[in-house]
Amino acid sequence: MPEDRVLMKGNEAIGEAAIRAGCTFYAGYPITPQNELTEYMSYHMPKAGRAFVQAESEVAAINMVYGAAATGARAMTSSSGPGISLKQEGVSYMCGAELPCFYANIVRGGPGLGNIAPAQSDYFQATRGGGHGDYRVIVLAPSTVQELFDITMLGFELADKYRNPAMILGDGILGQMREPIVLREPVEYDPGTKGAWSLGNSAGREKHMITSVRLAPGTLEKHNMKLFRKYKEIAEKEQRYELTAVDDAEVIIIAYGTSARVAKSAVAAARESGDIRLGIIRLITLWPYPADIIREYADKGARFLVVEMSLGQMYEDALLSVAGKTDVSLLAHTGGGLPAEEEIIETAKKVRASDGPVEVFPEAAE
Amino acid sequence: MTTKTIMAGFGGQGVVLMGTLLAHGAMVEGKHTTFFPSYGAEMRGGTANCSVVVSDREIASPIVNQPDCVVAMNIASLNKFESRVRPGGIIFVNSSLIDRRVERDDVTEIRVPANEVAESLGDVRAANMVMLGGIVKKTGVVNLETLGESLEKVLSERAMGLIDLDRQALKRGFEEVA
Repeated sequence: MPEDRVLMKGNEAIGEAAIRAGCTFYAGYPITPQNELTEYMSYHMPKAGRAFVQAESEVAAINMVYGAAATGARAMTSSSGPGISLKQEGVSYMCGAELPCFYANIVRGGPGLGNIAPAQSDYFQATRGGGHGDYRVIVLAPSTVQELFDITMLGFELADKYRNPAMILGDGILGQMREPIVLREPVEYDPGTKGAWSLGNSAGREKHMITSVRLAPGTLEKHNMKLFRKYKEIAEKEQRYELTAVDDAEVIIIAYGTSARVAKSAVAAARESGDIRLGIIRLITLWPYPADIIREYADKGARFLVVEMSLGQMYEDALLSVAGKTDVSLLAHTGGGLPAEEEIIETAKKVRASDGPVEVFPEAAE
Repeated sequence: MTTKTIMAGFGGQGVVLMGTLLAHGAMVEGKHTTFFPSYGAEMRGGTANCSVVVSDREIASPIVNQPDCVVAMNIASLNKFESRVRPGGIIFVNSSLIDRRVERDDVTEIRVPANEVAESLGDVRAANMVMLGGIVKKTGVVNLETLGESLEKVLSERAMGLIDLDRQALKRGFEEVA
Protein backbone atom coordinates (compact mmCIF):
# COMPACT_ATOMS: atom_id res chain seq x y z
CA MET A 1 0.00 0.00 0.00
CA PRO A 2 1.31 3.47 -0.83
CA GLU A 3 2.24 4.67 2.65
CA ASP A 4 2.61 8.25 1.47
CA ARG A 5 -1.13 8.75 1.54
CA VAL A 6 -2.58 10.96 4.26
CA LEU A 7 -6.13 11.28 5.52
CA MET A 8 -7.09 14.90 4.98
CA LYS A 9 -10.12 17.10 5.27
CA GLY A 10 -11.12 18.87 2.07
CA ASN A 11 -10.76 22.38 3.48
CA GLU A 12 -7.33 21.55 4.87
CA ALA A 13 -6.25 20.00 1.57
CA ILE A 14 -6.96 23.31 -0.18
CA GLY A 15 -4.86 25.11 2.43
CA GLU A 16 -1.93 22.70 2.20
CA ALA A 17 -2.04 22.79 -1.60
CA ALA A 18 -2.06 26.60 -1.57
CA ILE A 19 1.04 26.65 0.62
CA ARG A 20 2.74 24.08 -1.62
CA ALA A 21 1.76 26.16 -4.66
CA GLY A 22 3.71 29.04 -3.16
CA CYS A 23 0.79 31.13 -1.94
CA THR A 24 2.41 34.10 -0.19
CA PHE A 25 -0.67 35.96 1.05
CA TYR A 26 -4.02 34.81 2.44
CA ALA A 27 -6.78 37.01 3.82
CA GLY A 28 -10.11 35.61 4.93
CA TYR A 29 -13.11 35.93 7.17
CA PRO A 30 -14.88 32.98 8.85
CA ILE A 31 -17.99 31.26 7.52
CA THR A 32 -19.24 27.66 7.69
CA PRO A 33 -18.59 25.27 5.94
CA GLN A 34 -15.12 26.53 4.95
CA ASN A 35 -13.76 27.53 8.38
CA GLU A 36 -11.11 24.80 8.57
CA LEU A 37 -9.41 26.37 5.55
CA THR A 38 -9.02 29.76 7.22
CA GLU A 39 -7.96 28.02 10.44
CA TYR A 40 -5.38 25.92 8.58
CA MET A 41 -3.93 29.01 6.93
CA SER A 42 -3.82 30.92 10.21
CA TYR A 43 -1.57 28.22 11.63
CA HIS A 44 0.50 27.12 8.65
CA MET A 45 1.06 30.35 6.66
CA PRO A 46 3.06 32.08 9.42
CA LYS A 47 5.01 28.85 10.00
CA ALA A 48 5.99 28.90 6.31
CA GLY A 49 7.01 32.55 6.57
CA ARG A 50 3.98 33.74 4.58
CA ALA A 51 1.33 36.33 5.43
CA PHE A 52 -2.02 35.47 6.98
CA VAL A 53 -4.66 38.08 7.80
CA GLN A 54 -8.01 37.50 9.40
CA ALA A 55 -9.72 40.51 7.90
CA GLU A 56 -12.48 42.54 9.55
CA SER A 57 -14.88 41.60 6.76
CA GLU A 58 -15.10 39.79 3.45
CA VAL A 59 -14.90 43.09 1.58
CA ALA A 60 -11.67 43.93 3.39
CA ALA A 61 -10.26 40.47 2.68
CA ILE A 62 -10.75 40.63 -1.09
CA ASN A 63 -9.33 44.15 -1.25
CA MET A 64 -6.27 43.01 0.70
CA VAL A 65 -5.91 40.27 -1.89
CA TYR A 66 -6.13 42.95 -4.60
CA GLY A 67 -3.36 44.91 -2.91
CA ALA A 68 -1.14 41.88 -2.40
CA ALA A 69 -1.64 40.66 -5.97
CA ALA A 70 -0.77 44.13 -7.28
CA THR A 71 2.67 43.76 -5.70
CA GLY A 72 3.20 40.36 -7.36
CA ALA A 73 2.20 38.17 -4.41
CA ARG A 74 0.50 34.82 -4.94
CA ALA A 75 -2.68 35.84 -3.17
CA MET A 76 -5.70 33.91 -2.02
CA THR A 77 -8.98 34.15 -0.16
CA SER A 78 -11.88 31.80 0.54
CA SER A 79 -15.43 31.85 1.80
CA SER A 80 -18.87 30.35 1.28
CA GLY A 81 -21.77 31.76 -0.78
CA PRO A 82 -22.80 34.79 1.29
CA GLY A 83 -19.17 35.83 1.80
CA ILE A 84 -18.34 35.29 -1.87
CA SER A 85 -21.28 37.58 -2.74
CA LEU A 86 -19.60 40.31 -0.72
CA LYS A 87 -16.28 39.68 -2.48
CA GLN A 88 -17.70 40.04 -5.99
CA GLU A 89 -16.96 43.75 -6.19
CA GLY A 90 -13.29 43.09 -5.52
CA VAL A 91 -13.19 40.20 -8.00
CA SER A 92 -14.64 42.48 -10.67
CA TYR A 93 -11.95 45.07 -9.92
CA MET A 94 -9.24 42.42 -10.13
CA CYS A 95 -10.51 41.26 -13.51
CA GLY A 96 -10.54 44.85 -14.74
CA ALA A 97 -7.03 45.44 -13.40
CA GLU A 98 -5.84 42.04 -14.68
CA LEU A 99 -4.67 40.84 -11.29
CA PRO A 100 -4.33 37.11 -10.62
CA CYS A 101 -5.67 35.52 -7.47
CA PHE A 102 -7.09 32.21 -6.36
CA TYR A 103 -10.19 31.77 -4.24
CA ALA A 104 -12.44 29.00 -3.03
CA ASN A 105 -16.20 29.02 -2.60
CA ILE A 106 -17.23 26.09 -0.39
CA VAL A 107 -20.86 26.41 -1.30
CA ARG A 108 -23.73 26.21 1.22
CA GLY A 109 -27.45 26.27 0.60
CA GLY A 110 -28.94 29.62 -0.53
CA PRO A 111 -30.46 32.05 -1.26
CA GLY A 112 -29.86 34.45 1.59
CA LEU A 113 -28.28 33.03 4.70
CA GLY A 114 -29.83 29.72 3.60
CA ASN A 115 -28.27 26.82 5.46
CA ILE A 116 -24.85 25.22 5.87
CA ALA A 117 -25.59 22.06 3.89
CA PRO A 118 -23.75 21.26 0.65
CA ALA A 119 -25.14 22.88 -2.51
CA GLN A 120 -24.18 23.90 -6.06
CA SER A 121 -26.46 26.89 -6.22
CA ASP A 122 -23.68 29.45 -6.74
CA TYR A 123 -23.13 28.16 -10.28
CA PHE A 124 -24.48 31.26 -12.01
CA GLN A 125 -22.60 33.53 -9.61
CA ALA A 126 -19.35 31.73 -10.40
CA THR A 127 -19.69 31.16 -14.14
CA ARG A 128 -21.33 34.46 -15.07
CA GLY A 129 -18.72 36.56 -13.34
CA GLY A 130 -20.87 37.32 -10.32
CA GLY A 131 -19.98 40.97 -10.01
CA HIS A 132 -20.51 43.92 -12.34
CA GLY A 133 -18.94 44.43 -15.73
CA ASP A 134 -17.97 42.31 -18.71
CA TYR A 135 -15.65 39.70 -17.23
CA ARG A 136 -15.00 36.02 -16.57
CA VAL A 137 -13.18 34.03 -13.92
CA ILE A 138 -11.80 30.52 -14.36
CA VAL A 139 -14.04 28.14 -12.40
CA LEU A 140 -12.71 24.75 -11.33
CA ALA A 141 -14.92 22.00 -9.92
CA PRO A 142 -13.17 19.22 -7.98
CA SER A 143 -15.07 16.14 -6.85
CA THR A 144 -12.65 14.48 -4.40
CA VAL A 145 -10.28 15.69 -1.68
CA GLN A 146 -7.37 14.68 -3.93
CA GLU A 147 -8.75 16.86 -6.67
CA LEU A 148 -9.29 19.76 -4.28
CA PHE A 149 -5.58 19.54 -3.61
CA ASP A 150 -4.48 19.15 -7.24
CA ILE A 151 -6.84 21.79 -8.58
CA THR A 152 -5.74 24.33 -6.01
CA MET A 153 -2.17 23.97 -7.23
CA LEU A 154 -3.38 24.21 -10.83
CA GLY A 155 -5.59 27.20 -10.04
CA PHE A 156 -2.69 29.38 -8.95
CA GLU A 157 -0.84 28.53 -12.18
CA LEU A 158 -3.83 29.36 -14.37
CA ALA A 159 -4.49 32.61 -12.51
CA ASP A 160 -0.90 33.76 -13.04
CA LYS A 161 -0.76 32.54 -16.63
CA TYR A 162 -3.81 34.58 -17.64
CA ARG A 163 -3.50 37.42 -15.09
CA ASN A 164 -7.05 36.71 -13.98
CA PRO A 165 -8.78 35.35 -10.86
CA ALA A 166 -9.38 31.58 -10.78
CA MET A 167 -11.62 29.83 -8.29
CA ILE A 168 -12.78 26.52 -6.89
CA LEU A 169 -16.51 25.92 -6.76
CA GLY A 170 -16.74 23.26 -4.04
CA ASP A 171 -19.49 22.44 -1.57
CA GLY A 172 -19.98 21.60 2.10
CA ILE A 173 -19.40 17.89 1.57
CA LEU A 174 -16.10 18.36 -0.22
CA GLY A 175 -14.93 20.88 2.36
CA GLN A 176 -15.90 18.82 5.40
CA MET A 177 -15.08 15.26 4.38
CA ARG A 178 -11.83 13.44 5.00
CA GLU A 179 -10.37 11.21 2.30
CA PRO A 180 -6.97 9.66 1.62
CA ILE A 181 -4.81 11.81 -0.64
CA VAL A 182 -1.27 11.94 -2.01
CA LEU A 183 0.44 15.27 -1.39
CA ARG A 184 2.31 16.72 -4.37
CA GLU A 185 5.78 18.21 -4.03
CA PRO A 186 5.85 21.93 -3.25
CA VAL A 187 6.72 24.30 -6.06
CA GLU A 188 9.06 27.21 -5.63
CA TYR A 189 6.97 30.27 -6.44
CA ASP A 190 8.60 32.20 -9.23
CA PRO A 191 7.02 35.62 -9.89
CA GLY A 192 8.32 35.23 -13.45
CA THR A 193 7.45 38.24 -15.57
CA LYS A 194 5.23 39.81 -12.92
CA GLY A 195 7.97 42.39 -12.35
CA ALA A 196 7.00 43.91 -15.71
CA TRP A 197 3.73 45.20 -14.26
CA SER A 198 3.70 44.74 -10.47
CA LEU A 199 4.07 47.52 -7.95
CA GLY A 200 6.94 48.08 -5.53
CA ASN A 201 10.75 48.20 -5.99
CA SER A 202 10.21 51.09 -8.34
CA ALA A 203 13.60 52.77 -8.10
CA GLY A 204 15.16 53.26 -11.52
CA ARG A 205 12.28 51.99 -13.62
CA GLU A 206 9.26 53.44 -15.37
CA LYS A 207 6.18 53.80 -13.22
CA HIS A 208 3.66 50.97 -13.18
CA MET A 209 -0.05 51.52 -12.90
CA ILE A 210 -2.59 48.96 -11.70
CA THR A 211 -6.13 50.21 -12.16
CA SER A 212 -9.59 49.25 -13.32
CA VAL A 213 -10.59 52.83 -14.08
CA ARG A 214 -10.48 53.85 -17.76
CA LEU A 215 -12.39 57.09 -18.18
CA ALA A 216 -10.94 58.44 -21.41
CA PRO A 217 -13.44 57.89 -24.24
CA GLY A 218 -12.90 54.59 -26.07
CA THR A 219 -10.21 53.28 -23.75
CA LEU A 220 -12.46 50.95 -21.75
CA GLU A 221 -13.94 49.42 -24.87
CA LYS A 222 -10.48 48.68 -26.19
CA HIS A 223 -9.36 47.31 -22.83
CA ASN A 224 -12.43 45.09 -22.56
CA MET A 225 -11.76 43.73 -26.03
CA LYS A 226 -8.25 42.86 -24.88
CA LEU A 227 -9.79 41.01 -21.93
CA PHE A 228 -12.29 39.37 -24.26
CA ARG A 229 -9.48 38.06 -26.47
CA LYS A 230 -7.95 36.53 -23.34
CA TYR A 231 -11.25 34.92 -22.33
CA LYS A 232 -11.61 33.44 -25.81
CA GLU A 233 -8.15 31.94 -25.53
CA ILE A 234 -9.03 30.45 -22.12
CA ALA A 235 -12.29 29.09 -23.52
CA GLU A 236 -10.41 27.38 -26.35
CA LYS A 237 -7.53 25.97 -24.33
CA GLU A 238 -8.73 25.22 -20.82
CA GLN A 239 -11.90 23.12 -21.08
CA ARG A 240 -11.37 20.18 -18.72
CA TYR A 241 -13.50 17.12 -18.11
CA GLU A 242 -13.37 13.39 -17.47
CA LEU A 243 -15.24 10.81 -19.56
CA THR A 244 -16.52 7.53 -18.13
CA ALA A 245 -18.32 4.87 -20.18
CA VAL A 246 -19.77 7.39 -22.65
CA ASP A 247 -19.28 5.65 -25.98
CA ASP A 248 -22.05 3.05 -25.81
CA ALA A 249 -24.21 4.96 -23.29
CA GLU A 250 -27.97 5.14 -23.74
CA VAL A 251 -27.95 8.27 -21.58
CA ILE A 252 -24.91 10.44 -20.83
CA ILE A 253 -24.97 12.22 -17.48
CA ILE A 254 -23.41 15.68 -17.22
CA ALA A 255 -22.44 16.56 -13.65
CA TYR A 256 -19.67 18.07 -11.51
CA GLY A 257 -18.45 18.01 -7.92
CA THR A 258 -20.45 16.04 -5.37
CA SER A 259 -23.27 15.37 -7.88
CA ALA A 260 -20.71 13.77 -10.19
CA ARG A 261 -19.43 11.51 -7.39
CA VAL A 262 -22.91 10.14 -6.86
CA ALA A 263 -23.55 9.98 -10.62
CA LYS A 264 -20.34 8.00 -11.22
CA SER A 265 -21.48 5.42 -8.70
CA ALA A 266 -24.87 5.31 -10.41
CA VAL A 267 -23.14 4.64 -13.74
CA ALA A 268 -21.20 1.73 -12.23
CA ALA A 269 -24.25 0.31 -10.40
CA ALA A 270 -26.52 0.53 -13.46
CA ARG A 271 -23.95 -1.18 -15.67
CA GLU A 272 -23.43 -3.92 -13.10
CA SER A 273 -27.15 -4.63 -12.79
CA GLY A 274 -27.69 -4.28 -16.52
CA ASP A 275 -30.48 -1.76 -15.84
CA ILE A 276 -29.32 0.86 -18.29
CA ARG A 277 -26.05 1.73 -20.03
CA LEU A 278 -25.09 5.06 -18.48
CA GLY A 279 -22.02 7.18 -19.07
CA ILE A 280 -20.86 10.44 -17.58
CA ILE A 281 -19.09 13.60 -18.69
CA ARG A 282 -17.75 14.93 -15.40
CA LEU A 283 -17.02 18.63 -15.72
CA ILE A 284 -13.76 19.81 -14.16
CA THR A 285 -13.94 23.35 -15.52
CA LEU A 286 -17.32 25.12 -15.29
CA TRP A 287 -15.94 28.21 -16.97
CA PRO A 288 -14.80 27.57 -19.55
CA TYR A 289 -17.69 25.14 -19.90
CA PRO A 290 -16.60 21.95 -21.71
CA ALA A 291 -19.01 22.67 -24.55
CA ASP A 292 -16.85 21.14 -27.28
CA ILE A 293 -17.01 17.58 -25.94
CA ILE A 294 -20.74 17.86 -25.25
CA ARG A 295 -21.31 19.14 -28.77
CA GLU A 296 -19.26 16.26 -30.14
CA TYR A 297 -21.57 13.72 -28.47
CA ALA A 298 -24.67 15.76 -29.32
CA ASP A 299 -23.64 15.51 -32.99
CA LYS A 300 -23.63 11.74 -32.58
CA GLY A 301 -27.18 11.89 -31.24
CA ALA A 302 -26.39 11.23 -27.58
CA ARG A 303 -29.11 11.95 -25.02
CA PHE A 304 -28.04 13.86 -21.94
CA LEU A 305 -29.14 14.05 -18.32
CA VAL A 306 -27.85 16.93 -16.19
CA VAL A 307 -27.63 16.12 -12.46
CA GLU A 308 -27.04 19.16 -10.26
CA MET A 309 -27.65 20.47 -6.74
CA SER A 310 -29.25 23.66 -8.08
CA LEU A 311 -32.43 24.34 -9.98
CA GLY A 312 -31.28 24.03 -13.57
CA GLN A 313 -28.38 26.47 -13.56
CA MET A 314 -25.76 24.22 -15.15
CA TYR A 315 -28.58 22.77 -17.29
CA GLU A 316 -28.66 26.06 -19.22
CA ASP A 317 -25.03 25.65 -20.27
CA ALA A 318 -25.71 22.08 -21.37
CA LEU A 319 -28.67 23.31 -23.45
CA LEU A 320 -26.51 26.04 -25.00
CA SER A 321 -23.84 23.47 -25.81
CA VAL A 322 -26.13 21.02 -27.63
CA ALA A 323 -27.81 23.93 -29.43
CA GLY A 324 -31.00 22.00 -30.06
CA LYS A 325 -29.32 19.05 -31.77
CA THR A 326 -30.49 16.59 -29.13
CA ASP A 327 -32.43 16.70 -25.90
CA VAL A 328 -31.12 17.37 -22.41
CA SER A 329 -32.99 16.25 -19.28
CA LEU A 330 -32.58 17.45 -15.71
CA LEU A 331 -32.49 15.95 -12.22
CA ALA A 332 -32.23 18.81 -9.75
CA HIS A 333 -31.93 19.19 -5.99
CA THR A 334 -31.61 22.40 -4.02
CA GLY A 335 -31.16 23.85 -0.55
CA GLY A 336 -28.87 21.07 0.68
CA GLY A 337 -30.68 18.18 -1.00
CA LEU A 338 -28.48 15.50 -2.59
CA PRO A 339 -29.24 13.24 -5.53
CA ALA A 340 -29.26 9.51 -4.70
CA GLU A 341 -27.83 6.79 -6.95
CA GLU A 342 -31.20 5.04 -7.37
CA GLU A 343 -32.87 8.34 -8.21
CA ILE A 344 -30.33 9.02 -10.95
CA ILE A 345 -30.83 5.56 -12.45
CA GLU A 346 -34.64 5.87 -12.30
CA THR A 347 -34.52 9.30 -13.96
CA ALA A 348 -32.20 8.01 -16.68
CA LYS A 349 -34.64 5.17 -17.38
CA LYS A 350 -37.45 7.72 -17.69
CA VAL A 351 -35.32 9.61 -20.18
CA ARG A 352 -34.76 6.43 -22.19
CA ALA A 353 -38.49 5.70 -22.23
CA SER A 354 -39.42 9.25 -23.23
CA ASP A 355 -39.29 10.88 -26.65
CA GLY A 356 -38.36 14.25 -25.24
CA PRO A 357 -36.60 15.77 -22.26
CA VAL A 358 -37.57 14.91 -18.66
CA GLU A 359 -37.30 17.29 -15.72
CA VAL A 360 -37.31 15.98 -12.14
CA PHE A 361 -37.44 18.31 -9.14
CA PRO A 362 -37.95 17.82 -5.38
CA GLU A 363 -41.34 18.64 -3.84
CA ALA A 364 -42.22 22.25 -3.07
CA ALA A 365 -43.54 23.68 0.21
CA GLU A 366 -47.18 24.73 0.22
CA MET B 1 -18.01 -4.81 -0.04
CA THR B 2 -19.00 -1.47 1.50
CA THR B 3 -19.51 -0.80 5.21
CA LYS B 4 -21.26 2.39 6.27
CA THR B 5 -21.08 3.34 9.93
CA ILE B 6 -22.56 6.17 11.94
CA MET B 7 -20.87 6.86 15.28
CA ALA B 8 -22.55 9.07 17.83
CA GLY B 9 -22.14 10.23 21.39
CA PHE B 10 -22.05 13.41 23.43
CA GLY B 11 -19.34 15.98 22.85
CA GLY B 12 -16.14 14.81 24.56
CA GLN B 13 -16.65 11.07 24.16
CA GLY B 14 -14.19 10.99 21.30
CA VAL B 15 -16.59 10.06 18.53
CA VAL B 16 -14.69 12.06 15.91
CA LEU B 17 -11.39 10.45 16.93
CA MET B 18 -12.98 7.01 16.76
CA GLY B 19 -14.24 7.68 13.23
CA THR B 20 -11.01 9.27 12.05
CA LEU B 21 -8.97 6.32 13.36
CA LEU B 22 -11.22 3.82 11.59
CA ALA B 23 -10.92 5.76 8.32
CA HIS B 24 -7.16 6.05 8.72
CA GLY B 25 -6.84 2.32 9.33
CA ALA B 26 -8.91 1.61 6.23
CA MET B 27 -6.66 3.91 4.21
CA VAL B 28 -3.52 2.13 5.46
CA GLU B 29 -5.05 -1.18 4.40
CA GLY B 30 -5.53 0.19 0.89
CA LYS B 31 -9.28 0.58 0.99
CA HIS B 32 -11.41 3.48 -0.20
CA THR B 33 -12.72 5.45 2.74
CA THR B 34 -14.49 8.67 3.63
CA PHE B 35 -15.05 10.36 6.97
CA PHE B 36 -17.77 12.96 7.34
CA PRO B 37 -18.50 14.88 10.57
CA SER B 38 -21.74 16.50 11.62
CA TYR B 39 -20.85 20.17 11.43
CA GLY B 40 -22.31 23.56 12.14
CA ALA B 41 -25.18 24.24 14.48
CA GLU B 42 -24.32 21.63 17.11
CA MET B 43 -25.59 22.19 20.63
CA ARG B 44 -23.52 21.93 23.80
CA GLY B 45 -24.61 18.73 25.55
CA GLY B 46 -26.18 17.45 22.34
CA THR B 47 -24.96 14.56 20.23
CA ALA B 48 -21.85 14.67 18.07
CA ASN B 49 -21.76 12.22 15.22
CA CYS B 50 -19.74 11.22 12.20
CA SER B 51 -20.12 8.86 9.27
CA VAL B 52 -17.38 6.54 8.04
CA VAL B 53 -17.60 4.61 4.79
CA VAL B 54 -15.08 1.85 3.99
CA SER B 55 -15.24 0.17 0.61
CA ASP B 56 -13.27 -1.74 -1.99
CA ARG B 57 -14.60 0.64 -4.64
CA GLU B 58 -14.91 4.42 -5.12
CA ILE B 59 -17.33 5.99 -2.64
CA ALA B 60 -20.14 8.11 -4.05
CA SER B 61 -21.26 10.19 -1.09
CA PRO B 62 -19.71 10.31 2.38
CA ILE B 63 -23.14 11.05 3.81
CA VAL B 64 -24.79 7.94 5.25
CA ASN B 65 -28.58 7.71 5.39
CA GLN B 66 -29.02 4.00 6.05
CA PRO B 67 -25.95 2.67 7.89
CA ASP B 68 -24.84 -0.95 8.19
CA CYS B 69 -23.62 -0.17 11.70
CA VAL B 70 -24.57 2.38 14.32
CA VAL B 71 -22.37 3.06 17.32
CA ALA B 72 -24.26 4.62 20.23
CA MET B 73 -22.01 5.93 23.00
CA ASN B 74 -24.95 7.41 24.94
CA ILE B 75 -28.73 7.03 25.15
CA ALA B 76 -29.50 10.12 23.05
CA SER B 77 -27.51 8.60 20.20
CA LEU B 78 -29.34 5.30 20.40
CA ASN B 79 -32.67 7.12 20.42
CA LYS B 80 -31.66 9.16 17.41
CA PHE B 81 -30.12 6.48 15.19
CA GLU B 82 -31.75 3.15 16.09
CA SER B 83 -34.36 3.49 13.36
CA ARG B 84 -31.80 4.35 10.69
CA VAL B 85 -29.83 1.06 10.63
CA ARG B 86 -30.56 -1.17 7.67
CA PRO B 87 -32.40 -4.41 8.43
CA GLY B 88 -29.77 -7.01 9.27
CA GLY B 89 -27.37 -4.32 10.46
CA ILE B 90 -25.57 -3.98 13.78
CA ILE B 91 -26.02 -1.55 16.66
CA PHE B 92 -23.09 -1.21 19.07
CA VAL B 93 -24.34 -0.02 22.44
CA ASN B 94 -22.19 1.47 25.18
CA SER B 95 -23.83 -0.58 27.93
CA SER B 96 -22.04 1.40 30.65
CA LEU B 97 -24.27 4.38 29.92
CA ILE B 98 -27.27 2.85 28.16
CA ASP B 99 -29.66 0.76 30.23
CA ARG B 100 -32.28 0.01 27.64
CA ARG B 101 -32.02 -2.68 25.01
CA VAL B 102 -32.34 -2.12 21.27
CA GLU B 103 -36.06 -2.33 20.46
CA ARG B 104 -35.80 -3.53 16.88
CA ASP B 105 -35.69 -7.27 16.28
CA ASP B 106 -34.29 -7.10 12.74
CA VAL B 107 -30.83 -5.91 13.78
CA THR B 108 -28.02 -7.34 15.91
CA GLU B 109 -27.30 -5.65 19.23
CA ILE B 110 -23.73 -5.77 20.53
CA ARG B 111 -23.35 -4.44 24.08
CA VAL B 112 -19.91 -3.19 25.08
CA PRO B 113 -19.32 -1.85 28.63
CA ALA B 114 -16.93 0.72 27.17
CA ASN B 115 -16.73 3.09 30.14
CA GLU B 116 -16.25 0.31 32.68
CA VAL B 117 -13.48 -1.35 30.69
CA ALA B 118 -11.75 2.00 30.17
CA GLU B 119 -12.02 2.79 33.87
CA SER B 120 -10.48 -0.57 34.73
CA LEU B 121 -7.53 0.49 32.56
CA GLY B 122 -7.28 3.71 34.54
CA ASP B 123 -8.89 6.32 32.30
CA VAL B 124 -12.50 6.58 31.21
CA ARG B 125 -11.45 8.74 28.27
CA ALA B 126 -10.37 5.55 26.47
CA ALA B 127 -13.98 4.32 26.25
CA ASN B 128 -14.05 5.26 22.56
CA MET B 129 -11.07 2.99 21.87
CA VAL B 130 -12.68 0.11 23.79
CA MET B 131 -15.74 0.50 21.61
CA LEU B 132 -13.69 0.69 18.40
CA GLY B 133 -11.86 -2.51 19.36
CA GLY B 134 -15.24 -4.20 19.70
CA ILE B 135 -16.43 -2.81 16.37
CA VAL B 136 -13.52 -4.16 14.35
CA LYS B 137 -13.76 -7.54 16.11
CA LYS B 138 -17.39 -7.90 15.05
CA THR B 139 -17.21 -6.32 11.59
CA GLY B 140 -13.64 -7.09 10.48
CA VAL B 141 -13.63 -3.80 8.57
CA VAL B 142 -10.04 -3.08 9.62
CA ASN B 143 -7.43 -5.11 11.52
CA LEU B 144 -6.81 -4.33 15.18
CA GLU B 145 -3.04 -4.07 14.59
CA THR B 146 -3.57 -1.47 11.87
CA LEU B 147 -5.57 0.71 14.25
CA GLY B 148 -2.79 0.47 16.84
CA GLU B 149 -0.31 1.73 14.26
CA SER B 150 -2.65 4.42 12.92
CA LEU B 151 -2.90 5.96 16.39
CA GLU B 152 0.59 7.41 15.85
CA LYS B 153 -0.70 9.41 12.88
CA VAL B 154 -4.11 10.34 14.18
CA LEU B 155 -3.55 11.38 17.80
CA SER B 156 -2.76 15.02 18.43
CA GLU B 157 0.59 15.82 20.01
CA ARG B 158 -0.95 16.49 23.37
CA ALA B 159 -2.79 13.15 23.35
CA MET B 160 0.30 11.17 22.35
CA GLY B 161 0.99 10.39 26.02
CA LEU B 162 -2.17 8.26 26.02
CA ILE B 163 -1.14 6.09 23.09
CA ASP B 164 -0.27 3.00 25.15
CA LEU B 165 -3.51 3.26 27.08
CA ASP B 166 -5.42 3.64 23.81
CA ARG B 167 -3.77 0.54 22.37
CA GLN B 168 -4.62 -1.45 25.47
CA ALA B 169 -8.17 -0.19 25.30
CA LEU B 170 -8.51 -1.24 21.64
CA LYS B 171 -7.26 -4.71 22.59
CA ARG B 172 -9.57 -5.04 25.59
CA GLY B 173 -12.55 -3.97 23.52
CA PHE B 174 -11.56 -6.50 20.88
CA GLU B 175 -11.49 -9.24 23.51
CA GLU B 176 -14.77 -8.09 25.03
CA VAL B 177 -16.78 -8.90 21.90
CA ALA B 178 -17.35 -12.47 20.82
